[in-house]
Amino acid sequence: MEGVVTYENDLNLKATELRLGLPGTERNQEQAVSCARNNKRPLPETGDQNGGAKAKSDAPNTPPAPKAHTVGWPPIRSYRKNSLQQPKQTAAESSVMYVKVSMDGAPYLRKIDLKVYQGYPELLKALENMFKFTIGEYSEREGYKGSEYAPTYEDKDGDWMLVGDVPWEMFMSSCKRLRIMKGSEARGLGCGV
Amino acid sequence: MLRMARSLPEEVLEHVFSFIHSDKDRNAISMVCKSWYEIERWCRRRIFVGNCYAVNPSMVIRRFPEVRSVELKGKPHFADFNLVPDGWGGYVYPWIAAMANAYPWLEEISLKRMVVTDETLELIAKSFKNFKVLVLSSCEGFSTDGLAAIAANCRNLRQLDLRESEVDDPSGHWLSHFPDSFTSLVSLNISCLGSEVNFSALEHLVGRCPNLRTLRLNRAVPLDRLANILRRAPQLVELGAGTYSAELRPDVFSSIAGAFSGCKELKSLSGFWDVVPGYLPAIYPICSSLTSLNLSYATIQSPDLVKLVSQCQSLQRLWVLDYIEDIGLEALAAFCKDLQELRVFPSEPFALEPNVSLTEQGLVSVSEGCLKLHSVLYFCRQMTNDALVTIARNCPKMTRFRLCIIEPRTPDYITLQPLDDGFGAIVEHCKDLRRLSLSGLLTDRVFEYIGTHAKKLEMLSVAFAGDSDLGLHHVLYGCENLRKLEIRDCPFGDKALLANAAKLETMRSLWMSSCSVSFGACKLLGQKMPRLNIEVIDERGPPDSRPESCPVEKLYIYRTLAGPRFDMPGFVWTMDEDSALRFS
Repeated sequence: MEGVVTYENDLNLKATELRLGLPGTERNQEQAVSCARNNKRPLPETGDQNGGAKAKSDAPNTPPAPKAHTVGWPPIRSYRKNSLQQPKQTAAESSVMYVKVSMDGAPYLRKIDLKVYQGYPELLKALENMFKFTIGEYSEREGYKGSEYAPTYEDKDGDWMLVGDVPWEMFMSSCKRLRIMKGSEARGLGCGV
Repeated sequence: MLRMARSLPEEVLEHVFSFIHSDKDRNAISMVCKSWYEIERWCRRRIFVGNCYAVNPSMVIRRFPEVRSVELKGKPHFADFNLVPDGWGGYVYPWIAAMANAYPWLEEISLKRMVVTDETLELIAKSFKNFKVLVLSSCEGFSTDGLAAIAANCRNLRQLDLRESEVDDPSGHWLSHFPDSFTSLVSLNISCLGSEVNFSALEHLVGRCPNLRTLRLNRAVPLDRLANILRRAPQLVELGAGTYSAELRPDVFSSIAGAFSGCKELKSLSGFWDVVPGYLPAIYPICSSLTSLNLSYATIQSPDLVKLVSQCQSLQRLWVLDYIEDIGLEALAAFCKDLQELRVFPSEPFALEPNVSLTEQGLVSVSEGCLKLHSVLYFCRQMTNDALVTIARNCPKMTRFRLCIIEPRTPDYITLQPLDDGFGAIVEHCKDLRRLSLSGLLTDRVFEYIGTHAKKLEMLSVAFAGDSDLGLHHVLYGCENLRKLEIRDCPFGDKALLANAAKLETMRSLWMSSCSVSFGACKLLGQKMPRLNIEVIDERGPPDSRPESCPVEKLYIYRTLAGPRFDMPGFVWTMDEDSALRFS
């Protein structure tokens, strides 16, 4: 191949076989603009949360500097990432246990550390404070009476259970997330299901 | 010359060819003349297909009718980092089905990054009467049911290696499917299995296989079971321990220590999840004969690591977490003069601040002390051009150099300059460099260095680097031996790709994701290059629903004799001669 290809600011490769567009025309390739119609960013991998902070480089179309948790970066295999975490057996020895809490009608979720509480009364009180509502009286037969809310949790099998039915330790080891149900769905759970 | 070829009987030529093992040499032999082509193809026993879509099974079987060993690779390397969406491809079943008919005497199957199903494993188990070796590296799609079929039916199995594969719904009972009469096992690697295996079945299997050399256990094997297993297999050469943690008790300690001392042939150790440091001295007696140590799952801090590596004077390969720190790497440099390969993995890859004192200095120390070092994978958070230049000068025999500075686009932390000169020194001094991974702040200049100097480079990985198409052009134009190029998040577009289209046929594959290659350019390439598959991978929907100038999400280009494949999922489109018509 010719050694005389010169380039200073730009590739000067008009002699090469392939280019877009008809011969004799120069095509200015503006790529980012025409993708504006599309809802997604043209370069979705970059996970830019900060509203378009530009990269240091001057080149157009350079993605903004990515923050942590860019897909596939740093380049570590998933089995390696997984094994850096504690195995399930020692979850009991871990000092924190954060679970997500959602409430029907609330705009966003919260997170609480279950290890902070000694038992159900403390946990329920904390939930009442966090979401500004009241939970009724718990009874084994009828669930939570006296309020339109029922605290529920998703267990390891993916089932939604009423909070309070099982011993506290068992609840701690099987609770994956909490949901405060409201209205008729909640009442359904309380009635001898 | 021709007369000589005719005068040698076929059997003699075949015998001569049987000493030639490398594919490159065998391919050369088969090009000498037609009769050599014929003789060679009938006696080729091993085939390697680096991209399962480059050729189809019937082509392979037609040319090589008497194969005993097959090695296949499927997904592109970046699939390891979740950049290839699930369902992209890499299904091995069609190959196995074809080979079940054509190669009844097949003995070995090695697969990497392929989708293997239980159905596939069952077919293997019943089709090949003399089946001996199954290696599934980074594969997925199968469960322990498939393994049970292999165990039950492959009476002459020597090697079962599941390295880093994802196995569904693991249950431990598949091991019991090896019949009591089965004693031929030489190598077993189940380190990737998530759940327990049946311990007594494992112990019984180990005990009745006198040729067992390699045993890699999974995390679920507790420390107190290890001693029993070791005592049943004192001839082991390679051991992967399970969880290396238990309450510190003198009786348990002496049991383990005794078991290790009984293994006089041990050369390689791995595993060691959740290490309790108090149990480490149990392996001190065998350290001096270790050549390979993989502690990349072991949460051992640097003082204990220093004590350990200082006793491993024969060490040739070390994989370790960055807990080793600069101080541990200095010890490595001082004591392990035979070291050839070092891999340092990050213990907290997503932490914004460093959690350990591991810097560029650690790698510099090793390059100074270990003159045989030729293969490096190093994760760190800071680097300088000076350090890279020093490393390059110390290790002119480097063949694989992969540096990952965790934060993208990090400059030299002292001069704040790009790391172009540092990597430039690497490619300039290390003339045998075959594999290179770049990171840090890099301009087009680093690619100019690479194109100019890296003449033996076969694989290059690039991320968050470069300024313009000039960078890509330097590499495609200059790297004569380039086979695999993988790029993500770089401002490379159409120009360099189109200008170097012919180069792509000399390579195995090119991956580009989150770059600026337009759909129009992909179509053009597809039209002009019939022997390439141009795969556009885009989860936003059909590329023709967007303007032609819009960049594609991901692009995978590979040479092939098999034409476009037929097993593509909905988010993959192949650009071929008709694509311009179909998409307009």
